[in-house]
Amino acid sequence: MKSRSQEQSLSDSRELDRSHDPLTGSVIDEGELFTVSYRPEGLDRLVQQTNFSKKELQILYRGFKNECPNGVVNEETFKSIYSQFFPQGDSSTYAHFLFDAFDSQNNGAVNFEDFVISLSIILRGSTADKLAWAFNLYDINKDGCITREEMTDIVTSIYDMMGKYTYPCINDSDAKEHVDNFFRKMDQNKDGVVTIDEFLESCQKDENIIQSMMMFDNVI
Amino acid sequence: MATGAAAWFPFARAAAIGWMPVASCPMPLAPRDNSKKQDELIMLNVSGRRFQTWRTTLDRYPDTLLGSSEKDFFYNEETKEYFFDRDPDVFRSILNFYRTGKLHYPRHECISSYDEELTFFGIIPEIIGDCCYEEYKDRKRESLERLQDDQEENKDAKLPNMNIRQTMWRAFEYPHTSTMALVFYYVTGFFIAVSVITNVIETVPCGATPHRKDMPCGERYTVAFFCMDTACVMIFTVEYLLRLFAAPSRYRFMRSVMSIIDVVAILPYYIGLVMTNNEDVSGAFVTLRVFRVFRIFKFSRHSQGLRILGYTLKSCASELGFLLFSLTMAIIIFATVMFYAEKGSSSTKFTSIPASFWYTIVTMTTLGYGDMVPKTIAGKIFGSICSLSGVLVIALPVPVIVSNFSRIYHQNQRADKRRAQKVLKTRLTRIRIAKSGSANAFLQSKRNGLLNELLELTGTRELEQRLIRSTSVLESQHHHLLRCLEKTTAHEFVDEHVFEQNCLESTLQSYPSHSSSLSSQDSDTFCCCGRRSGTRNPLPHSRDSVAPVSPLGPLQELSALHIQSSQLSLHPSSRSNLNLRAEDSIRINCKGGRVTTAIISLPSPPSLREGHHHHHGPPQRRATPSIQTTTSSTPTSIIKVSAL
Repeated sequence: MKSRSQEQSLSDSRELDRSHDPLTGSVIDEGELFTVSYRPEGLDRLVQQTNFSKKELQILYRGFKNECPNGVVNEETFKSIYSQFFPQGDSSTYAHFLFDAFDSQNNGAVNFEDFVISLSIILRGSTADKLAWAFNLYDINKDGCITREEMTDIVTSIYDMMGKYTYPCINDSDAKEHVDNFFRKMDQNKDGVVTIDEFLESCQKDENIIQSMMMFDNVI
Repeated sequence: MATGAAAWFPFARAAAIGWMPVASCPMPLAPRDNSKKQDELIMLNVSGRRFQTWRTTLDRYPDTLLGSSEKDFFYNEETKEYFFDRDPDVFRSILNFYRTGKLHYPRHECISSYDEELTFFGIIPEIIGDCCYEEYKDRKRESLERLQDDQEENKDAKLPNMNIRQTMWRAFEYPHTSTMALVFYYVTGFFIAVSVITNVIETVPCGATPHRKDMPCGERYTVAFFCMDTACVMIFTVEYLLRLFAAPSRYRFMRSVMSIIDVVAILPYYIGLVMTNNEDVSGAFVTLRVFRVFRIFKFSRHSQGLRILGYTLKSCASELGFLLFSLTMAIIIFATVMFYAEKGSSSTKFTSIPASFWYTIVTMTTLGYGDMVPKTIAGKIFGSICSLSGVLVIALPVPVIVSNFSRIYHQNQRADKRRAQKVLKTRLTRIRIAKSGSANAFLQSKRNGLLNELLELTGTRELEQRLIRSTSVLESQHHHLLRCLEKTTAHEFVDEHVFEQNCLESTLQSYPSHSSSLSSQDSDTFCCCGRRSGTRNPLPHSRDSVAPVSPLGPLQELSALHIQSSQLSLHPSSRSNLNLRAEDSIRINCKGGRVTTAIISLPSPPSLREGHHHHHGPPQRRATPSIQTTTSSTPTSIIKVSAL
């Protein structure tokens, strides 16, 4: 009898400060973080899987663990990290696409292995690998071909990162023009979608793209 | 970009791969990271306690002592470590700031020593994390107030050149400053006491004389009391008038509580003087005498505790209001119940509900006079319930009021929430300024970046090195990343003023055919800028616009070169061409209104010009000289480049 009345009074007080939902009976406890700790595979296995040396992996992991002590990055953290580098504009959409590209297991969290494997492709892979990764980024629904809508989304998100104060002023037709240029260049059979082969072929023909792909090789 | 996101910076640069296939023009070259040595451990010796950390950890915050080259001053060659003769305990928090990106304030540290350490290591206190910021600000405020109290004591020192008014006001406010003030203070206090006592004694029945019955002393010794009253009122009036005269702001003084009390204290006397003739208002006159008791409130000038009590009551207004409200509810309920319960009994005192109010109040406050008691059984039952509940209702708000009083008493006139709000606002403003600072840094370095390219062409190694070193490697890489984004989207970042100017002038364009072709041409040449094509990078802010009278409002640093529209051919904004034009005619060419104005905003110091004249004769590739003479440079960039 006593315990029941105590429980009743506890739930009454919770009801008063709205942390207890009497309908569902669940306790909404604010401030309780859902901590998942994740440890990556051994260092040697990662050295085998990626093109990084041991020392480079060490440096990468230290930085990674510093920002995310529990070993995984969720999308919110990802977006906030990315937005610090682009203070003028809104980088959340592009960060979202990036996150999907990094999250190979599609479970909403990027652990260190995903992170490092993607980085290895971007920084140490062959040009074909890099282009394939870029294709994967653009292909939002991962169905093997880039449609005009997907490309428009990507290009709009890149333009969003510029923010409002640009010269010349960004208007809506800029992104559309950009997408049209892109499709004109890439879509060889003019069927409205760009497949991976068309993409690879067109990119390898373009000197600028090949050169710029190699620009960030010495980042680590 | 201050936080530990510097660790993620390589990832952000790598992710820029995603822009490459979308971009239609080539990207600028990445800055060379000449300092590409392996990450090394740095030993920091702080008063004997050794700390070790990676060099890159310290490099995260290049605008602090440890992150910049300032720490080289503390480098000890023999022991190969950095020695700081500072407090090692506080250094722990400072080093943790570099590691985690959050600065914490240890509660046991003295606030001023902590501040000193922060200043020494070049860290601004505003970035203290939210967990410790409240505590830090509270302690800071305390110490500031302590300092202010010390200063205020010195403020009582007589300032030179104080006129009569200021002297008097100081004497009134701080009685202990001069003997005259002290005398005045005690005299007024004495007379307040005398006046109050007189009022009291006036009503005491004096001894009965044989031919008169007992009457109060006031009526027996009317004259004496009247004289006493007059004397007191005169003193009070004089005091009030003097205060009014000496007050720095008379209007504010007249509105203050103390002055109202003063007025209320002396007014009845004067009203009484005026009204003595009229007999029928003598009743009102007697009532007015009640107000004389307000003179006792004048004591609050003499007593700090009384003032605090008043302040407490004012601040506990809500609790008092709640107490009153709940009491009223209870009284009405119980009075109603008692009335209907006692209605039946005969010769009951509970004649009406308002009559029962008296019983309820007396019972609930546990006074129990006994002049009204219930006689019926129901009445007695409800009466007991009433008294029991009365105790509870009164006991509940009282602890709140008491705790309020003790809190205020201990704080003792601290201006609290309003100042905190102001501090919060300034803190947010400062954080916002720091954030926009990073955006502005990019725009700034863009202008300098063009100068960098300039210098690279001249081939002077040392100048280039010196320039590169002026921005940290991280910053230059970040700026390179932003430039790649610009190239991808074929737009560029500008600051607010330039943006507004652009919008303003784009609406003024009234020659769409010619100027739009020019502007598209302009953007073409801008967009497909290539180092291999050999043309120089066009000036970033150059643009064509038609403005009959160009209002260069906020852009004071721009100067306008008016160029004949017909002469603009292939590369209207290439530097070399403009150079030739400038040499030809730097004057306004208005041909029948078809004027296109190119506004160049490349700030560059004249010293650059001299440098070039020394090194290279023919000015064709450089295109530095004449234009810059007409531009006025922004001061900040001069500082950076004048290191040459």
